[in-house]
Amino acid sequence: MRTRTSRHWLSGVMIGLTYLAAILATLPLLLILAHLIGKGASSLSLSFFTNMPKPVGETGGGMANAIVGTLILIGIASLIGLPIGIGGGIYLSEKRRTPLAHTVRFLSDVLNGLPSIVMGIFAWEFLVRPAGHFSALAGGAAVGAMMIPLVTRTTEEMLRVVPTSLREAALALGYPKWRTSLSVVLRTALAGIATGALVAVARIAGETAPLLFTAFGNQFWSTSVHEPIAALPLQIFTYAISPYDEWHAQAWAGALVLITIVLVISLAARVVTRSRFGAAVD
Amino acid sequence: MTAIPADSAPKDRRRLAVHRVEIGDRIYEILTTACALVVPALVTAIAIAIFAAAWPALTKLSASIITSSDWDVGAGRFGAAPALFGTIVSSAVALVIATPLAIGVAIFLSEFSPRWLRQPVGFLVDLLAAVPSVVYGLWGIFVLIPMLREHVMPFLRDTLHLGATPFFSGAAYGPSMLAAGVILAIMALPYISAVSREVLLAVPRSQREAALALGATRWEMIRDAVVPYAKSGIIGGIMLGLGRALGETMAVTMVIGNRPEISASLFAPGYTMASLIANEFSEATSDLHLSALMAVGAVLFIITLIVNAIARWLVWQVSRERAI
Amino acid sequence: MQQSTEVAPGARVIPNVVAPRPVAAPAREASTADKPAVIASDLWAYFGDTAAVKDVSFAAPAQAVTAIIGPSGCGKSTLLRCLNRMHETAPNTRVEGKVEILGTSIYGEGTSATVVRRHVGMVFQRPTPFPTMSIRNNVAAGLRVAAERPQSRAGLQDTIEEALKRAGLWEEVKDRLDDSAMALSGGQQQRLCIARALAIRPRVILLDEPTASLDPLSTQKIEELVYHLRETVTVVIVTHNMQQAARVSDRTAFLLVGELVEFAATNALFTAPKDPRTEAYITGRFG
Repeated sequence: MRTRTSRHWLSGVMIGLTYLAAILATLPLLLILAHLIGKGASSLSLSFFTNMPKPVGETGGGMANAIVGTLILIGIASLIGLPIGIGGGIYLSEKRRTPLAHTVRFLSDVLNGLPSIVMGIFAWEFLVRPAGHFSALAGGAAVGAMMIPLVTRTTEEMLRVVPTSLREAALALGYPKWRTSLSVVLRTALAGIATGALVAVARIAGETAPLLFTAFGNQFWSTSVHEPIAALPLQIFTYAISPYDEWHAQAWAGALVLITIVLVISLAARVVTRSRFGAAVD
Repeated sequence: MTAIPADSAPKDRRRLAVHRVEIGDRIYEILTTACALVVPALVTAIAIAIFAAAWPALTKLSASIITSSDWDVGAGRFGAAPALFGTIVSSAVALVIATPLAIGVAIFLSEFSPRWLRQPVGFLVDLLAAVPSVVYGLWGIFVLIPMLREHVMPFLRDTLHLGATPFFSGAAYGPSMLAAGVILAIMALPYISAVSREVLLAVPRSQREAALALGATRWEMIRDAVVPYAKSGIIGGIMLGLGRALGETMAVTMVIGNRPEISASLFAPGYTMASLIANEFSEATSDLHLSALMAVGAVLFIITLIVNAIARWLVWQVSRERAI
Repeated sequence: MQQSTEVAPGARVIPNVVAPRPVAAPAREASTADKPAVIASDLWAYFGDTAAVKDVSFAAPAQAVTAIIGPSGCGKSTLLRCLNRMHETAPNTRVEGKVEILGTSIYGEGTSATVVRRHVGMVFQRPTPFPTMSIRNNVAAGLRVAAERPQSRAGLQDTIEEALKRAGLWEEVKDRLDDSAMALSGGQQQRLCIARALAIRPRVILLDEPTASLDPLSTQKIEELVYHLRETVTVVIVTHNMQQAARVSDRTAFLLVGELVEFAATNALFTAPKDPRTEAYITGRFG
């Protein structure tokens, strides 16, 4: 039997180690942010946002096409992923115990863990190979498909916390089921669903692997959904593995822009939770 | 709107108009069911598409695709054993580093953290999951690798004399299995800690109080009463992190060195299945090459499917107990 | 099968009762007062295989208040929820028998539950204002799906005002109609729910223990409100509070483990119960 003091000493050490773990776990993010600002901010200027990429040796290149391309890809992905995901979430919350609901829940989680590169080769097989060329549409579809399971699950979670009494109140007023679901249940959970949607968008905004063989990247200005399109993450990748210092600087600047987009969306997800009457559900 | 009684007898205000088919409800149900069906359809389509595309390589090369180390595109030989090895080793390194840290943070946040620190620390750790993979890769190339090469690797090899073991021997190039492992550890950490924290918070208060009432110290309470209760959930979280690490592509591709060789040393460059696909897929011209890459994707798909299914199952064990 | 034989024959007879009141009840049209507004016949309601309501038959007179009393778990809420087809919204439930509202069978073939509920309003035990809507929009909520809705903006405002006045809430909220409904007190929220139900002009309104979660003062206000509601609408109220039933209702039904034990004029039931079980209950020997 150990003495009381040695046991307390051990307890103190172990608790101290959890503090250390907390410091070590937060350190990488702070380091990455510091490096991004330190190495990226100096290359950021207005021209970075307005100019096209320039060949090595020429100064003043930007990533205008990649920034716009990323926004277009996010838009396509959201158009595919959000409605299907929210619809699936509604199904899960309304038909909680059907065999299909159990299957969808399980497969959503499995799909969530699917490597994004696998989604990339799937999209290539289904959309690029038959069409015969890379396209923004294929890229957007690949990342949009990645959003579906994520949005499905968060939507279900958010709808689940809406009290049954509200649903009953609407039904008792003569609301048909579909209007009860849309104008009362979904409306009450809207802030939460928006948060989930934003988290999903933030997650796919920086996806690179599924774009490699779908959107492919484009050195030129293109906003056509049927053409290969530039994307910030792809551009960062290309520049980062290049041997040129100017391109490395560009990569850091691009990464700073990308992470700013992602962080702003993530923070918005936190803020949006406090909507007008959102927090008042009992 | 088919208001039969009222329409047929408009003057009789006493009758109720109650006949009406709710076509909206039917449409709504069909639409939401269709959305739900997309998920199983997607999983099925992915499985079929990848296995169909991998089929020629699987029949032609059979098991050699994961047993042979000979990957020679020109000669039509596709042995992806080094990539499989690299995927497993880099993920294992990641788990060895990330697991204690993630569980430490989870315990800190659920048990010991001062109230004012809980939110910001939790948020910062969660945010690690939001950092794009390519940003990790960039940081890995220009910050982590130089640091490993100049400080960590010499320290491990020479100062700690670990160079005597095969695992930490050889020249410190920089791009290496170790670099990939460290990057993957950072990337897997938020997943493990988020799940662990959730299951730790789900441990009933009575469990803690009972231990403290028996005279346990706070650490003993965690070790003997809280962690055993949350164990399967924590393991589920680790599996989830493993799933992430196994399939991670960009960051690993950027720091692992992309050399298809099997080496015992973590200082040596390596390859993973995901980076193999990322590097060669758009350059694959022969049908067999493409099919071989699809086969590698199929192997990756199966491994992550199994790991994620186990993870889900373990986490559900805990959350189901909590729900009832 | 017909356990409630002592009730059933009488139940079909239209009660001609005006309970004595301290204040003079307003004169009613004979034609409406004489017709039962709600007739339940051989009604059974199930959860899975368990019957919660067993072969209940009764007739609630129009423009009067009918109370359903009984110990908790006796099926009185379930019975009430059969009267506007809310029972079937829970999973694994079933209703057998017949319910007629103003002469229309609400379980008849091709009948829409949704439309039935527009004619038979319901207020629940706990206030259920829609948290995302303002006070104004809460009252207007039912109007959006109602068959007859006010066409003009002014008409809508009038309807909202009238409903809030009928629910006795107008004076308290008229200056803050656009505030969140969640800012109101519990009692106000409940009256808002009554206003919301009244706004679509239902023929019958069902109150499921409307004061169970309220303080005595709010309870009193709701009771006064219910008392006056009979002037314009048929009320069926479920309560576990016998005094409340005695205060507000014209007729009372006593339910025990899903069976209707006694259904009579409120005065008669409380002063001279016919069934020994009723007597035991109202004298406080159980429940």
